[in-house]
Amino acid sequence: MTGSLATRECTTVNNVSGPLLFVERVKGVSYGEIVDIDLPNGERRTGQVLDVSDRVTVIQVFEGTIWIDNLKTRVRFSGKPFRIDVSRDMLGRVFNGVGRPRDGGPEIVPEASLDIAGMAINPFARDKPAEFIQTGMSAIDGLNTLVRGQKLPIFTGSGLPANKLAAQIARQAKVIGEGEKFAVVFCAMGITYKEASFFMRDFERTGALERVVFFMNLADDPTIERVATPRCALAAAEFLAFTHDLHVLVILTDMINYCEALREISTAREEVPGRRGYPGYMYTDLATIYERAGRIRGRNPPIDALPCLSRLMNLGIGPGKTREDHRNVADQLYASYAYGRDLRRLVAIVGEEALTDLDREYLKFADAFEQQFVSQGNEDRSFDRTISIAWDLLAMLPEAELKRVKVDFIRKYHPAYRQARAPGREGA
Amino acid sequence: MITGTVSRISGPVLLARGIKGSKMYDVVHVGADELRGEIIRLEGETAVVQMYEDTTGLKIGEKVVNTERPLSVELGPGLISSIYDGIQRPLTALFGKSGDFISRGISVPGLDRDKKWAFRPAAKAGDKVGPGDVVGTVEEYHIEHRIMVPPGIAGTIKEIREADLRVEEAACTLEDGTEIRLMHTWPVRKGRPYRTKMDSALPLITGQRVFDLIFPVAKGGTAMIPGGFGTGKTVSEQTLAKWSDTQIVVYIGCGERGNEMTDVLTEFPELVDPRTKLPLIQRTIMIANTSNMPVAAREASIYTGITMAEYFRDMGYDVALMADSTSRWGEALREVSGRLEEMPGEEGYPAYLPTRLSAFYERAGRVVCAGSDRRTGSVTVVGAVSPPGGDFSEPITQNTLRIVGTFWALDTSLAYRRHFPSVNWIKSYSLYLDGVQDWYLQHVSDEWRALRDRTMYLLQKEVELQEIVQLVGPDALPEGEKAILEATRMIREDFLQQSAYSDVDSFCPLEKQYWMLKAIIAFYEGMSAAVNRGIMVRQITGLPVKEEIGRMKEADVAKIKGLIAEADQRIAALEVEK
Repeated sequence: MTGSLATRECTTVNNVSGPLLFVERVKGVSYGEIVDIDLPNGERRTGQVLDVSDRVTVIQVFEGTIWIDNLKTRVRFSGKPFRIDVSRDMLGRVFNGVGRPRDGGPEIVPEASLDIAGMAINPFARDKPAEFIQTGMSAIDGLNTLVRGQKLPIFTGSGLPANKLAAQIARQAKVIGEGEKFAVVFCAMGITYKEASFFMRDFERTGALERVVFFMNLADDPTIERVATPRCALAAAEFLAFTHDLHVLVILTDMINYCEALREISTAREEVPGRRGYPGYMYTDLATIYERAGRIRGRNPPIDALPCLSRLMNLGIGPGKTREDHRNVADQLYASYAYGRDLRRLVAIVGEEALTDLDREYLKFADAFEQQFVSQGNEDRSFDRTISIAWDLLAMLPEAELKRVKVDFIRKYHPAYRQARAPGREGA
Repeated sequence: MITGTVSRISGPVLLARGIKGSKMYDVVHVGADELRGEIIRLEGETAVVQMYEDTTGLKIGEKVVNTERPLSVELGPGLISSIYDGIQRPLTALFGKSGDFISRGISVPGLDRDKKWAFRPAAKAGDKVGPGDVVGTVEEYHIEHRIMVPPGIAGTIKEIREADLRVEEAACTLEDGTEIRLMHTWPVRKGRPYRTKMDSALPLITGQRVFDLIFPVAKGGTAMIPGGFGTGKTVSEQTLAKWSDTQIVVYIGCGERGNEMTDVLTEFPELVDPRTKLPLIQRTIMIANTSNMPVAAREASIYTGITMAEYFRDMGYDVALMADSTSRWGEALREVSGRLEEMPGEEGYPAYLPTRLSAFYERAGRVVCAGSDRRTGSVTVVGAVSPPGGDFSEPITQNTLRIVGTFWALDTSLAYRRHFPSVNWIKSYSLYLDGVQDWYLQHVSDEWRALRDRTMYLLQKEVELQEIVQLVGPDALPEGEKAILEATRMIREDFLQQSAYSDVDSFCPLEKQYWMLKAIIAFYEGMSAAVNRGIMVRQITGLPVKEEIGRMKEADVAKIKGLIAEADQRIAALEVEK
């Protein structure tokens, strides 16, 4: 690449600190532009301008600062924001944290080159998320429904099978009726090789790989690369969604590693820390990632970022989407199960004998709920199956206890009424 | 014209050098795109500027032009049913100019310059007018938009006539040549003047049982809704915006999710105000600064919102302002403060956080407006607070608590068991109870306070009894205490819970609220009387009428009155088991 007139070059680096380079007295640098860094050993790295003043320019280096010296390293300013080459052929491929192939395959032939930062969607242009995404898992479909155009965080602790869950969602997710146009952008930040190979094997085994774009930054890859990874993934997702009309589900794991990379940069810049050492702008920064999910009016299909609680659940359920009694049933399950769990604590102290008959039924319900509804292993359950299990469970409780469910729905869907109706219909 | 050059850029903050003569909070335009920013610190000839737009691509040495005016909003006909960003750019117009995404450097006036409004004079030539006096009106939807003499202007009217006018045209001319136009501007960081503040004596009726009957907020009062994530803050704010009995609602989506604003945007035009039978959007102003929009504009958005609210207050209207959420606003302050390298206070928030918070909440109030007719208006502020991790000891929650009059504590464990609105009845409080008591006694029932206190007594008693139950089991309690537990369960499930998504129950008229509570308390009184003559609680709870009381939300007032009488008879008819 020959330098155009617009390219400015600087032959001396003044300071190197952690992931940051400090360059003095360069003219005309713009905030956020991309720089190429040529190392004495011939290697080329990429960086981004974080802070400019007429004295010093601060650059974060995505590939890390190892082997960068402050004598021979050259820095070239491109004058452009960070871009990523995208193409439909990205499906089925594996990339590193800044969008270069890491599966040994050839470079992709770009259809477009996109600014990874994206722009804020005008709230007025947004459309209401409405369609239900079936994940095939009762605990999600029934209770925390995933809706197109929304984001859903999965909180986890060490040792919990969050990865298994994420992989299962990636594998099973579908919009009812539009299954084949569905793609998944999987963005892994700072995960271990073991976890990464679990995802790879799982996708290969189930054949899901061909509809997945994989961005992978492993735990031993440079930390700062992670700051760009989710944005690259979202730029690719936006391209697939808005240019190729695919429904895209973006899975970002694990955001904590992203935030730690932010903290690392912030500390290297000696910024004033906010809560727990994270920089004060972390909230805004995360929002620029999550808020890229959404539907745009007249522009379909949307993007879902999946990083348990469903705020938009009410929009994606109900008549015509899932079933009219969905909201009532979900509320009733939650309420009854919560009561059952309280009783368990009580039983531990006073024993089951001290309970009333009704409370004993609640206890039984809570156990059955966990065994039949929540734990399901690798089974892919349709929504109808989910809600029919839910009704069978609710039928364990007296009808008068089902206060969250409208009387009409009880008449229509309660197993006791259905059984009562069924022979009648045969007779007629 | 004062100009300077950019000498440093760091995220949303930049330094402008050589900009001598600038004042604090002057608005500046930066670079060829004329990006807008505001001066927040002066150091000699250098000014620190917070930018309302994304700074990516700006260069050192670009020009900075000082407009020499503070950040102001345009006030006049055309505000209602608009949706603005944090610095009053209409998002619909931005959509027209730049499409689905917001690009930078677009400048659109807050009010439509071309639309004509039918102006009807309320004063005549020769009248002496002062600040706040109404010179005429225009009809904006069903609201009489009063055109007032702007603060600081007085004189004798020389010319005034009925005409179709654009917002920039003069509605009347004073003898000294001053024109009074349909619109005027006002700096957002300065509260609009009024005559005097009044005590809060009227409640804000919201149609929500737990708010209206148990923890009321006064018109002109302040309330906060803190709650961990997922407890329903946004739903509560939206419910209040929907059903509050005010003429105007200002809804500020401050640093919240874009999809939630979409909710308001798509739902409000369809929903109908139960009082006026008109679409709710025709009384609502929306300010949307979603979390991915620039952080400094988020800081400005609540000031933009409250200035508009004060403008309608000055016309003599009751205004409700919903800010969702003030935590995001505080985080914006923290972010800018961090970039300024200020000494941090608690958890990185700047030391002036409490001052700014109280200055904002103090702009609420019921006032006698400026103007000679002594009309009254009010601004009620309801702020949502999102404490990280649901931890109420964090600075924004604590500092807001010191200021507000009503505290609606949302509780994660209630939300978890789908008790909505998840207002914790033990932690919440209202300081307006005594102030609004007279109104309730006059308009609802002279029993209101007694009924409310009885309810709260039972709920508090329940907490004590639950502790005993944890030790010995419910069967070991005496019958009288079992009756209390039954009653509180009814209060919780049949009265406090109210679904925002139910067709019949999302708005509950005050009269029905009262009779519902009355039915439950009457049932309890009947129950405890029966227990005293040896009846078992089990016998009473088995009555079918209890289940009917449980379905009261779907019934009307006449039916509820019938149920009270029926329950009374049935309980009285029970006989002691042998």
